[in-house]
Amino acid sequence: MSVVFSLFSIAAICAGVVFFIAGTLGLLRFPDPLSRLHALTKADNVGLGLVVLGLLPFANGILGALKLVVVWVLVQLAGATVGQLIAQAMRRCGPTE
Amino acid sequence: MIVQSLDIGLAALVLTLAGWTILARATFPAVVSYVAYGLLLSLIWVRLFAVDVALTEAAIGGGVTGVLLIGAASRLRKTAASGTERELAALWRWAIAALCTLATLALGAVVLLLPDPSPTLAPRAMANIAATGLGNPVTAVLIAYRAFDTMLEKCVLVLAVVGVWSLAPDRYWGGAPGVPRALTPDATLTFFAQLLPPLGILIGIRIFWIGADEPGGAFQGGAILAAMWMIIMMARLADAPAIDQRWLRIALGAGPIVFVGVGILGFAAAGGFLNYPAGFAKPVIIFVEIFMTLSIAATLPMLVAGPPIRAPRP
Repeated sequence: MSVVFSLFSIAAICAGVVFFIAGTLGLLRFPDPLSRLHALTKADNVGLGLVVLGLLPFANGILGALKLVVVWVLVQLAGATVGQLIAQAMRRCGPTE
Repeated sequence: MIVQSLDIGLAALVLTLAGWTILARATFPAVVSYVAYGLLLSLIWVRLFAVDVALTEAAIGGGVTGVLLIGAASRLRKTAASGTERELAALWRWAIAALCTLATLALGAVVLLLPDPSPTLAPRAMANIAATGLGNPVTAVLIAYRAFDTMLEKCVLVLAVVGVWSLAPDRYWGGAPGVPRALTPDATLTFFAQLLPPLGILIGIRIFWIGADEPGGAFQGGAILAAMWMIIMMARLADAPAIDQRWLRIALGAGPIVFVGVGILGFAAAGGFLNYPAGFAKPVIIFVEIFMTLSIAATLPMLVAGPPIRAPRP
């Protein structure tokens, strides 16, 4: 059973890492600020979600697992809010290069 | 092996960011990289198994200092744009750089020249921890072994608020700091500032409460509570309180005053300043920490709000 959990963890965390790498590539390569922001928020939401999913089988009981999920939800909330605010600021003032 | 190379990578990243923070030409990028530096530094503290320090570094070094510096950067932008800013002469800049490098090298040498194993008070701290009734040695050091230092730190925080307030012009004395409440607040920030504080207040109180036995404590919990108040003020859902409000001044002063009061009572109860009565130490410590948390939660937002900028209501 623990082998199955380990394989599941490795698969989920690796998939999460792929999203983080893709997000970083997007941040470096995309041409305009709004697309770069888009790439970053995807890495946060899906990437961290998959990493948390992979850590769940090894969490310290139900409460520990719940805390991990709360961390993910809070990061999503903060990331989405900051993304919106940066995009708004860019629409107001234009990109400052 | 893998863990080691990750640690080395983390250290290299922090050093690079530190260099970038110093070399950045504009104020705003320097501030942003300083915040990232603080957050990465807290990861290093976790790797050194100093979770208490990591929590403080993330909350104060990354969070509160970051907000203060961003506020300062946006105020400085006006002076930079008007061209009134004067660059330091090259000689001065080189002198400052040389002094800072010397200080860094001296610190590095001291750390490297420590005897191995390095001198430590940790065994003695653990040997006497039962007398405090606490389970977290960091809290025991902060509130019991070196309570005097912690008390003075709290006084310094209040003095910092006094210093910020003393920048107020006479006509605004007794008025409110910060931007006033908006008639139509920004929708995104409103959503965030209404959703987060209930959860944040819960987490802040919990981190304060478990500080007796696990990583956490008055400073970390108070900083989270302070952040919730800052978010509400930044979303412009509520005015900052006028600085002549009695409740605000009581909240700011409560921590140091209760700490000093308990310290003086120590003469009567246990025969010395800041001595805690035997067998009764933990309730006294929790009592002091409650008021310290309250004071920190009030002090940090007032530091961020800055000096009053509106005339007091008649």
